[in-house]
This record gives sequence, C-alpha cells and structure tokens, in this order.
Amino acid sequence: MENERKIYLDYSATTPVKEAVLAEMIPYFTERFGNPSSLYTVGQDSKNAISVARERVAALIGAQPGEIYFTSSGTEADNWAVIETAHAKAAKGRHIITSAIEHHALLHSCEHLEKEGFEVTYLGVDAEGFISLAELEAAIRPDTTLISIMFANNEVGTIQPVAEIAQIAKAHGVLFHTDAVQALGNVEIDVKALGVDMLSMSGHKIYGPKGIGALYIRRGVNLPTHMYGGGQESGKRAGTENLTGIVGFGKAAQLSKENLAAHIAKLTELRNYFVEQVQARIQDVQVNGNLERRLPGNANITFKYIEGEALLLLLDMKGIAVSTGSACSSASLTPSHVLSALGVPWEIIHGSIRFTVGDFTTKEDLDYTLDALTEAVAKLRSISSVSKDSGW
Amino acid sequence: MSMYNDKVIDHFTNPHNVGELENPDGEGTYGSPVCGDMMKISIKVTDDVITDARFKTFGCGSAIASSSVATDMIIGKTIDEALAITNKDVLDELGGLPPIKIHCSVLADHAIKSAIYDYAQKNGKTYAGLAGFDPNADESDHNHGCDVENNMDEIVNKLTKR
Repeated sequence: MENERKIYLDYSATTPVKEAVLAEMIPYFTERFGNPSSLYTVGQDSKNAISVARERVAALIGAQPGEIYFTSSGTEADNWAVIETAHAKAAKGRHIITSAIEHHALLHSCEHLEKEGFEVTYLGVDAEGFISLAELEAAIRPDTTLISIMFANNEVGTIQPVAEIAQIAKAHGVLFHTDAVQALGNVEIDVKALGVDMLSMSGHKIYGPKGIGALYIRRGVNLPTHMYGGGQESGKRAGTENLTGIVGFGKAAQLSKENLAAHIAKLTELRNYFVEQVQARIQDVQVNGNLERRLPGNANITFKYIEGEALLLLLDMKGIAVSTGSACSSASLTPSHVLSALGVPWEIIHGSIRFTVGDFTTKEDLDYTLDALTEAVAKLRSISSVSKDSGW
Repeated sequence: MSMYNDKVIDHFTNPHNVGELENPDGEGTYGSPVCGDMMKISIKVTDDVITDARFKTFGCGSAIASSSVATDMIIGKTIDEALAITNKDVLDELGGLPPIKIHCSVLADHAIKSAIYDYAQKNGKTYAGLAGFDPNADESDHNHGCDVENNMDEIVNKLTKR
C-alpha cells in the first residue's frame, strides 16, 4: 500500500528542516557543543551563536534582540504569556479576553486560569473567521488585564486585524499577546508598527527544527520569570539552552526574512490554483473561511456528503498528507472548534480537509493531488449514504 | 502505514456489499451525518434466512470497514443468528480497531438491528433478539443528537472489559 510518490500538503502542521538550516545546526551537536554559560572558548562560541540566532529571530519580527526569549515551543510561549500575565496582574483584575478559535495551547491555558478563579471572555468570529473589534472593545472591563488573539488561524488561515486590536488594548491599558505561530514567516510582522506587547513563535513552522520556540516580550512589559535556575534568557526562562534548536531557528528566521515576499507570492499562487482546480473539477465543495486576509498557503475545503478521515486515508494511500477537521480524526471525537466557531454545520465540518502548501510544493504535486482527490471523492460518494439527491 | 490493520484497510478500500437492494424485505438506518457517520442497510430474507444485504455509509474508514464486514457476517445467517451478532463480534472480525475508533463499529450493529426490526414490523414477526430494541432510541436532539460523551463512556467501558 506504500506509495512511492510522497506529497506533503500539511505545512501548517510542521515543515521539513531546510538543508541550510540543518548545515548550520550540525557543528553545534559535536565540536561546538559547549555550554553557553561556560567561560572558556567553546562555551563562549555557543553563547555567540545564540546571540546571532536571537538577532535573526528579532529581525524577522522587527524586535530588539533583548526582547526575544527562547522557549521549548510555541505552546510554552503561549502558556508563559497568558498564565504569568494573569497571575502578575491579578491584583488589578482577573479577567482575560481571547477568541473561540485559538490554538489549544491558548484555550487550555485559559481553562486552567478559569479553574483558578479567573474569568475569560471567548470572542466569537464571523463566518469568515474574523473577530469583531466592536465586540472586543465592548468586552473590556475595568478588571481586564490581557487580550490574547491569535495572529493567524491554524485551520482556516484567517489573519486577524492585529494592529487595530493592539490599538484598542493600548487605549484601555490592557496588555496584548498574540500567538503568531502560524503567521511567522507567512505574513510580514513588525511588532513595533503593530504595537503588540507579547508574541509567540515556533521554529518548526518556518523550516526550522522542532522543540524550539520563542516569546517576544516588549521592553517595558515585566513578565514574571517562567522557569527558575541558572539565569538563562535574562533570568526569565532558565535551563541550559537548546543550542542546536536555537541555531536552527535563527537560520530559519534569517532565510524566512530574506525570502518572505517570494514565499508569500509563490504560496498564494499555488493555493489559488489548487482551490480553483478543486472547484472546477469536483462538485459540491465548500471553501471554508475567507480567501483574502488569509495565510498564503492555506486552503480549507469541505467535500460534501463524505467524511474527512476516510478521504484523508485514501489520499494517504496515494502518498498525500493532509489534515481534517472531522471529529473522527480527533482524540475528543468532537469536530473542529474553529470551524464550529465559524458557524459551519457539523455535517460540513466532518467533510473538511485542510491543505497547506509550502516552499517545496510544486504545481505537479498539486496536479497529482487533484487527480487523486477527484478519484477518492467519487469513490467515497459512491459508498456514502447521503448524496446531493437525498440531501442531508 | 496507518493506524488501521490490513484487514480494516482492505475492507475500507474494497468494501463488500455496497449499494441498495431493490425491493428489500427490510431497511434500516443508523447514525446521522451531523454526528459524522450514518449507515443505511437493506436486506433480503427468505425463510428467516438473510439471503442478501447491501449497505451505504457516510463515515470514516472504520465505519466503512465495519459496514462491509458486518454485511458479510449476516449474509447466509438466520435472523436469530444475525441478531446475536454483537458489536464486539464485528470488532473481532475486523481484527480490532484503535480504541478511539471502537464506537464506529457500534454503527453496523445498530443498523442491522434496525433493518431486521423493519422486516419484523412489515411481516408481523417477533424475535427475542429485538426485545427492547428501539431503532430511534439514540437519536435525540441532545448535543446535535451525537452523544459524544456516551460514546466515550462506551469506549472506556469496552477498554476496561477487554
């Protein structure tokens, strides 16, 4: 059943490490293995490598290097920003505002805070996946201490009006955090121009390694220490640095900054081609979310009258990797909370597939996928107990 | 290659008994597209023996595989034998499913009972295996009619029993 052709269309889940990134990392596993806290040369070389990486990550988002704190993941950055801000500001108030379409790293951090007695407002989104700025402003209370709204959504790719959200937060004296794990390397980000206070990032979504992330903390925001120990990361997040991970993330950030415009143009073109072809070749499809103000590589499409996990399996047999919002693919047996929040009916969510193209995707890959997809959808529709004629 | 064993994959990729019988003696439907899976089954019955069965399923890989194997299992069986087939029998015939997928095999079990119920109603027959069976029992409006938590309980129960 193993197919020789491998087509990866799940770049939002993770990305392969680029050769240049890996090449930069390798020496730091072996000859340049020193502990950055050690004072002798091999240690100081590591320290310098981390400084370079920090500058590169900072440059990608328009920050100062001193505002970048490396973490183990985007999830850790989200947990740190949200939970520690809530705790630090508890004397002022115990209310936080977020959205219903956040990543679980954010939602579960908020649930944890609710158990501790904090109140959380989950803003809904419209059918295209956008929060309402008026609703946001109306939700702010005297005891609100933090607004955390994701930069771009992982399932439908919607890019939120981050600058406007930051303005509202600032006007009300509330801190603003954004989970930019999906946006990083896919959207131009300038934290200073946008006015965000904290921003979460991850290495493995931008062709860097897994196990490395970062939190941007604007100078002037006094976020409490998240990990106690040897004083690494300016004493905020202790633990011997993930040297190879940091070096890799730094290189990936540098490449991402250099190639950003071309990357966005290429992915947008491939994604639009794919969506157009799907609509031309397959009947009864629905594109979920907005195609404007959306991550360039993201297409979320429902194939009506069939179930997404079954379609995912048939595509997998053809060597094609995609993901689905279907309940059947999730550990909780509930359909995608993101598509639910967009008001997509459950029967439509079950047939949704997320395709995300990336730097290594070719038009030929998409043509092969379109053939396999057309065949698989027809096959499952021939087995299905529902059809256009029978209706839902 | 996947989370499923070869037999499940085989029944999923080449399902047996797909379709709808003309002039069936009994028909049953279980589940709903809102919940992510719905199986329709039709049967032919001669002298209390199920001579043919066809299914159509909206659902995931394991729901389709369960439908295929379950229809195989009832063809040639008497009604009483078919009614005695449990969800666990379907599961065993498939060589097991990942724990999170076990609820999908419940679908076939219920759909078969619904089709036999329809046959019994049309022909004024009663079967011990249908005692207390209500084809519409689980299709309440609660939680879109998909009782996810009940499914989870069912899964946990099965896991602890195995």
